[in-house]
Amino acid sequence: MGKLSSSLWLILFVFSQNVLANSQYNMRKGVTDISNNVYQLHMTIFLICCVIGVIVFAIMFWALIHHRKSKGAVPAQFHESTKVEILWTAIPFVILIGMAIPATKTLIAMEDASKADLTIKVTGSQWKWHYEYMGEDVEFYSMLATTQDEITNLSEKNSNYLLEVDKPLVLPINQKVRFLMTSDDVIHSWWVPDFAVKKDANPGFINETWTNINEVGTYRGQCAELCGKDHGFMPVVVEAKTEEDFKAWLAEAKQAKQKAAAESAALLDQVVPKEELMALGEQVYMANCAACHQPTGLGLSGVFPAMKGSPVILGDVKGHIDILLKGSPGTSMQSFAKQLSIKQIAAVITYKRNAWGNDTGDVIQPSEIQAALDADGEAK
Amino acid sequence: MSSIAEQSNTNEAHHAHQPARGFKRWLFTTNHKDIGSLYLIFSLTMFLIGGAMAMVIRAELFQPGLQLVDPHFFNQMTTMHGLIMVFGAVMPAFTGLANWMIPLMIGAPDMALPRMNNWSFWILPFAFLILLASLFMPGGGPAFGWTFYAPLSTAFSNDSTALFVFAVHIMGISSIMGAINVVVTIVNMRAPGMTWMKLPLFVWTWLITAFLLIAVMPVLAGAVTMVLTDKYFATSFFDAAGGGDPVMFQHIFWFFGHPEVYIMILPAFGIISTIVPTFSRKKLFGYASMVYATSSIALLSFIVWAHHMFTTGMPVAAELFFMYATMLISVPTGVKVFNWVATMWRGSISFEVPMLFSIAFIVLFTLGGFSGLMLAITPADFQYHDTYFVVAHFHYVLVTGAVFSIMAGAYYWLPKWTGNMFNITLAKWHFWLSLVSVNVLFFPMHFVGLAGMPRRIPDYALQFADFNAIISIGGFAFGLSQLLFVVVVYKCAKGGDKVPAKVWDGAHGLEWEVDSPAPYHTFSTPPDIK
Repeated sequence: MGKLSSSLWLILFVFSQNVLANSQYNMRKGVTDISNNVYQLHMTIFLICCVIGVIVFAIMFWALIHHRKSKGAVPAQFHESTKVEILWTAIPFVILIGMAIPATKTLIAMEDASKADLTIKVTGSQWKWHYEYMGEDVEFYSMLATTQDEITNLSEKNSNYLLEVDKPLVLPINQKVRFLMTSDDVIHSWWVPDFAVKKDANPGFINETWTNINEVGTYRGQCAELCGKDHGFMPVVVEAKTEEDFKAWLAEAKQAKQKAAAESAALLDQVVPKEELMALGEQVYMANCAACHQPTGLGLSGVFPAMKGSPVILGDVKGHIDILLKGSPGTSMQSFAKQLSIKQIAAVITYKRNAWGNDTGDVIQPSEIQAALDADGEAK
Repeated sequence: MSSIAEQSNTNEAHHAHQPARGFKRWLFTTNHKDIGSLYLIFSLTMFLIGGAMAMVIRAELFQPGLQLVDPHFFNQMTTMHGLIMVFGAVMPAFTGLANWMIPLMIGAPDMALPRMNNWSFWILPFAFLILLASLFMPGGGPAFGWTFYAPLSTAFSNDSTALFVFAVHIMGISSIMGAINVVVTIVNMRAPGMTWMKLPLFVWTWLITAFLLIAVMPVLAGAVTMVLTDKYFATSFFDAAGGGDPVMFQHIFWFFGHPEVYIMILPAFGIISTIVPTFSRKKLFGYASMVYATSSIALLSFIVWAHHMFTTGMPVAAELFFMYATMLISVPTGVKVFNWVATMWRGSISFEVPMLFSIAFIVLFTLGGFSGLMLAITPADFQYHDTYFVVAHFHYVLVTGAVFSIMAGAYYWLPKWTGNMFNITLAKWHFWLSLVSVNVLFFPMHFVGLAGMPRRIPDYALQFADFNAIISIGGFAFGLSQLLFVVVVYKCAKGGDKVPAKVWDGAHGLEWEVDSPAPYHTFSTPPDIK
């Protein structure tokens, strides 16, 4: 019996180490010390369950085979045994204590987000992630990059289907990165399996977690908490770079931000032609608005209002700009003031006021958007 | 004394001894057997409707990409599937079995509160009519998952939420009334000599379940009411902007929700503890420890709720507490499994259809219990949480657990209810097809979950495609197999080989001492308990 069980352990151990790790059948080992610990915990409890299961069901099936009525089995009379009952209450209890000790150690380590080298504020919103490098003046939205054609089966799906974004979160390896999680609307959950990090982003509250990545690479995950219609379409992509590469990337990102600010400032004196605004507007609409208001502009009856013939769009321009900049509190309509440049906002408003038979003929210039932003700033 | 007896006799003469005819019989009935049948038929109907919704889900997930339904409708399907299966299929099925069997098992003439019994059933169809009708509203039905987490169910939901809240209220009232009836019946109407430790285990488990129901259904009512006022009356229970907290919703919901999952499994334990001794022809091993284990599971169920919420950001001390408490539940649950195995050990076992379902229950429910133990390990739960691993876990305990036990119970007592033996060949087909397909359906979910597929998504990354195709095929096969069950039940109700009072040779209990089919009124005078 001893030999049998030890060889069983060995088989399971080898099997688990070589076949199951990082396969499509099992949890990922991941690329952090914590994710490795979690994987070990998972395999340990799994193997304990397997062994208990094998023993219990071996006994049961033995009885089912040998103690059958058709074999002439005569039922025994026993129906209790205090000794046995105490034993099979006590043994599981001891096993549980053995399991609780490593789990407690790992859990305490996972919850210690102190002494971080870098802090990222992660904000979920329907249905994209926003990353802010605290104290670095770098922030951006990260959105699904998979095309609608791939999703609706009009074109071939690429290998990172639904797990690709326009701008991934870039992180350095070998540094303790702290995440502050929050949300602008409903509850989301930021999950990267390779880090064993999953934390809910709760509106109005800040959650804390951390990671320390060991290897350079691209790591993909998804939102894990049902957050409305496009819950399945807000992936998380993290690019882990060496510290030098990360510093270079950060410097570049800062430069790009300054450049964009300069471009926006230059726009204030320009008049952008309607054709250009319409073309850009359609692009912006499809990327940011179509998920709810639909590419047809017809919305979803009872859930998301139609753009075609909308009173906001056909009404005063100021009201239209307002709702884009501020959103509509308590609904899925979010503020786009930080998500889009003034040129993009001007373009998408122009597009909406002239597409789908909304023939207002209005052309909105970036300067008007800036004026509205400035007015809001003064009001505050 | 004798004049009173005569009086009651003449009174009875004015009552119909046999059921009224036609629709009125069912609408006005106060007979526990009629109401039991109504509950069971209703539950089977809901099982098929909820199952049809699962078929929509599996059809959409058969291949990557969006094919059949848009994501908003997909979310309505997952939400409705959950609500209907929990509140419409599993819970009413157990209440139906309780109505039929508890008076028969304890030697009572009927349930203690027969008029309330009628009422608690008849409001149910209206609750589900309201819920299902919401699907046809502009914007569709509830799409926030059966757990209706705020603020997705408050500020961000569509206007059918009011209907959802109203429907849940009615379901809750129905459950509470049913539970009160069970408690009052068991406490007051046991035949003389039916002492507590002689109660059949099905009765014991239902008594404990009824107390759980009375304790937690009002909490659910509170949760939906707060959702209602947050959405329509500008309160801020779950809105940080007004001083509320969305995570508080989850605490309230799961304080209801965790005992709720035991509400759906404790009566199952009772059924299995009834069937296994019958077909092992041996007394249940450890009767007393079964009662204590059930009670301790029920008590523990009140202090483990936050294990559904490990990722919401709790203090580490709270996470540790809920991890330990959750792990502890595996001890009494293990005792139950060991007791069943010990009951079979050195028995004289035969494999009638109810026994087949019971054996499948023991193996597959335990499998769901193992994945539950894995989920209790908080650090690992961060990886499992909200993935298909969880979906696999709770379908193993609810489908191969609760639903299989209901099937086992139905096959076990169907001959008693109808007086006819069901078609055994068809029933065995139903069992084997269900057994194979249910594992093709739910087992690969462990794999896709571990590999990283989140739950409640209408479309998925390509590495999950193969398993999802297999899962969907299993789903269609399991769904179709249940139609066989409908055929077996229908045919059995219509006719078949006549059965004696004691249908199964190894069976014990008062229900086997009355004729088959059980007469409309039983135990008008209490039986002698040996």
